[in-house]
Order: sequence, then structure tokens, then C-alpha cells
Amino acid sequence: MEGFGPTFGFYAMSALTLVSAGGVMLSRNLLHAVLFLIVTFIGVAGFYILLSAEFIALAQIIIYVGAISVLVLFAVLLTPRAGRDNGETKMALPGIFLAVCLAAVLAFVINDTNWATVATSPELTASSLGEALLDAWALPFEMASVLLTAALVGAIMLVRTPEEEAEDALR
Amino acid sequence: MSSLVTSNWYDIRDLSNISRDILEGLANVLPHGVVYVLAPVLGFIATFILVVLPSQLIVGVYGERKIIGRVQSRFGPNRVGPFGLVQPIADSIKLMQKEALTPKYADRAIMWLAPIIFVAPCVMLFAVIPFGPRMILANIPVALLYFVAVSSMPVLAAFMAGWSANNKYSLFGAIRIISMAVSYEVPLVLGLLGIVLFTQTLSLQDMVEWQRHYHIWLIAAEPVAFVLYFIGVGVELNRTPTDIAEAESEIVAGYLTEYSGMKWGLFYGMDIGYALAAAAFGSTVFLGGWSMFGLDHWVPPWMIIIGKTHLFYFLFIWTRGTLPRLRIDQLMSFAWKFMLPVALFNLLVIATERMIWVQNDLADGIVYVFAAVNIVLALAALVFWSRFLGYRPENTPKKPRMVREAGGYVPLPTGKETR
Repeated sequence: MEGFGPTFGFYAMSALTLVSAGGVMLSRNLLHAVLFLIVTFIGVAGFYILLSAEFIALAQIIIYVGAISVLVLFAVLLTPRAGRDNGETKMALPGIFLAVCLAAVLAFVINDTNWATVATSPELTASSLGEALLDAWALPFEMASVLLTAALVGAIMLVRTPEEEAEDALR
Repeated sequence: MSSLVTSNWYDIRDLSNISRDILEGLANVLPHGVVYVLAPVLGFIATFILVVLPSQLIVGVYGERKIIGRVQSRFGPNRVGPFGLVQPIADSIKLMQKEALTPKYADRAIMWLAPIIFVAPCVMLFAVIPFGPRMILANIPVALLYFVAVSSMPVLAAFMAGWSANNKYSLFGAIRIISMAVSYEVPLVLGLLGIVLFTQTLSLQDMVEWQRHYHIWLIAAEPVAFVLYFIGVGVELNRTPTDIAEAESEIVAGYLTEYSGMKWGLFYGMDIGYALAAAAFGSTVFLGGWSMFGLDHWVPPWMIIIGKTHLFYFLFIWTRGTLPRLRIDQLMSFAWKFMLPVALFNLLVIATERMIWVQNDLADGIVYVFAAVNIVLALAALVFWSRFLGYRPENTPKKPRMVREAGGYVPLPTGKETR
């Protein structure tokens, strides 16, 4: 990255993402945490735009901001008010331990990766992405869709009450 | 590209000429960098004169109230100024004077932030709308996706508004707007996916060029996608037949219950702004954008697209004035049980046609055959699927209903008594 614009953009996006990620952890209100999480997603989309991957950036916004966060908000709204407090909990120590482990793994991967730069960036248009997904990587792509379907069916099975089961059995 | 448009400043068929000449002239005179400050100011003034004043204020506020008044057999605004034309100005002055109240136990920061987050995406949406062959602010290759992504932001703002007010009705409105947005986004995007499949592009400018090249509007080539877009976007915009997120007969004013003054005014004004953006997008994708079968060589293309936008907006006003409001369960089941299967069927048909087209390497004229097939299939699909689900059109009542008991009289079409 050269020039003032991309550098400034990188640091601005980094600050936005990190500050809002901190906000997710530190805010006591669960709703505020979700809103901070949305800002984090938008910051990550900004990184994709800096890498001139507009399609992935916009897909990130549609999927994470437009759909997943909205569903998370919905889930938070449907939890009882007592469950929304994000305050002191006994799970703090295991949580910190897990976070440290994850950070160690990520640091190892970052350190281990060969960050060689190429002179010309590969063409990353929506059509090349689509061809890669449905041609070379068709099997993992389809497996992901099967996984999502399984998750969907599982979620429906989990929320069904015994009364509904009995009603369906009568039909 | 249309070759007739020149680069001279007096050629008003392309307004980017005059703006470029002004800015380049200023850049020569003024010290370095000042022109970057002046450009947004000039852009703001030009946008206000060209778009905000005629579209947002005159058509959006005045025209909408006037037409709805006409639909409902009353006058509409007619006191302030000639024909009541100054009514929007008077309304906005009144709104600015009013106090913007905040409830004592509200979440003040989020309640303050929500109108701002609601306004910003609306302005961003117009960046990708092509107003002419070269009059487009950001000609990004994934403009359609950009539009869908940015238009999911106001839902979050509406949720923040509804939740922060700490009011039951606001919260109901917030829950409703989220469930509506999640449900109707699916058929809407599936409908647009058919368009992308057919035109092989995600760029709005290329879609207009496609429609110019084949001399056909996509509303004729894919009528189902248009119907899905019109209904879906009407729900996402929260407009009246489907405005259950702020239905005053059920939940006061939904997520706007605790807002007053200009904070409420921002929501109201930007509702019209979003409707105009959706209309501009719809007329770009389905009605040929700035192209008009060769007329765009002579008439300024930006006038054509603004005219089409207003035409599309008139459809919104018409449905708003005519149709009764739906219930929440009716609205939800309509999305999942009616629109989603139709959208999937449409996608299947479009994909098949595209495959036939590509594999047999057919001539351009095949588009008209596909359009005819699609129109017939669309009508058949809508009629049979709605019959199957139990919605029956009732244009000619076979027997007089409640009207006679209520004291009215409806003459039967046959002319003889059938009882």
C-alpha cells in the first residue's frame, strides 16, 4: 500500500475495528455490544475495500450487517431482560484463557505464513469468484450449503415444543 | 455510448460537462486544494436544486399528499401558497421549531444516533444511480450489490430508534421492522438475481446499456422480478399497505412513537428519500434507466431518469392510497408462502432461458421470444399459485353482499336478480 489515502484508510479502519471490538467486550449492555459488533463488521468490510475486493466487502455487509447482526438483535430481544446483563460472571477466567489461546494460535499462524508480495494482483471480479466457487471449489461450496441446511433443520427441531409435536402427530 | 453528446459546457444533455468546467476553472484560479472543499458545496447546491427540491419536497411531500387526497376524495394541502405548494416548507419550519423530546429512561446516545444513521445511507444510495452516459458518481462494477448492502442499513437505524426509546410500542415496531426486512429481503434478492443472470452484469450502468442494446426494458423481459421488487421494496420501505412497523391503528407510531421535532422529521423526510432511491433503482433496472429508445439523444438523459423515478414513485403513492393495511401474520406468510416459491420458479425459468441462449448461440432477437414466454409464464404462475393458496380475484361479484344490508346498492353485472 502506497500513498496517503490507503495508509490513512488502513489506520482509520484498524482504529474503528479495534475500538468497536473493545466495545463489544467492555459494554455492559448486551444490545450495545451487538451494535458495536456491527461496527466491527463494517470495519472489516472496509479492509476488503482497501484490498480492492469490492464484491467480498459488499457480501460481508449484506451477510454480516444486513442479516446475521439483525438476527442476533432479534435473538437478544427475545431473551429475558435478566439475561441481557453483560456484567461480572464466573466465566471471565475461562473466557480470558480461551482468548489467550486463540491469540496464540493466530500469532503462530501470522508468524508462520509466507507474506510474499506479488507484483500484479490477481483479477478479483465477481465473475472470477463465481467461477472459482462453482468450478474448482464446487464440492466444499456444496458441502457448506448442506451444513447450512442441516443447521436450519436442527434449529427447527430444537425450538419445537412437545405440544407442537403432539399436535402434528394428531394430523 | 451515445455519440451525440458533446463535451461543451452548454450541452445540458450531460451536466457533468458544466460541473467539470466550473471546477477546472476554479482550480486554475484558486490555491491548491480549495477546489476540493468547494466541490461538495457546489454539488450540494446542484443536488438541492435538481433533485431535493423537485423530487423530495414537491413530489415527495406535496404531490404524495395531494394525490392521496385525490384518491380518497378530499382536497389535500391547499392553503399555504398557490395550490398549497409551500406546504412542505411550512411543515419543515414547524418541525424545526418543535422541541425534540427524549424520554427520561431512554438510551440517550442511541436515540440521538438513530436518525443520523438513518439519513446517511439514503444519500449514499444515489451514488451508484446512473443519470446519463457519463453522469454517474461511482460506476463500481458491483453496484447492484452495493445498493442491496447499503439499503439494509436503515433497518438497523430503525431498530436502534425503536429499542432506545424504552417504550413497548417502539419495541414492537422495531421487532416488526426487523422481521419484515429479513423476510422480504429473500424474494427481493432472488428476483434481482434473475436480472443479474439475464444481463450478466452487476453494474447498473451496464444494465442500462444492455437495455439500450436490445431495445427492451427488463420489466418486459422479467415481469415476475419486477413484481417481486415492487412488493418487496414496498415492505422494506415500510410504505402504507405494509407499514405495520408504524401502524397507528395497532402500535401508536411504531419505532417513531417517542420521536418528535426534527428528529422525527429526519425519519419522515428520509422515508421519502429511500422511496425515491428505490424508485430510481427500480426505474434503472426495470424501466431502462436514462435510455428511452433513442429519445435520450435529444432529451437530457437525467430528465428521463428523473421522470421515470417519479413515475415509479407514483406507483408507490397509488398503492398507498388504494390498498388496505395488512396484518403482521398475513404479511409474513405472504413473503414465505407466496413470494419465495414464485421467486424460485422465476429463477429456474430465467436460468433455463439463459442456458438455452448461451449454448445454442442464438441471435439477439431471442430476447423478445423470451420476453413473451416470461410474460405468459408470469401471468400463469401468479394466477395459478394464488388460486392454489386460496386468494381468488373477485372482479364480478355473483351475489350482492353486505352492501344491501348496509343500505347501499350494487347493480349486478348480469342485470337480473340471482337470489
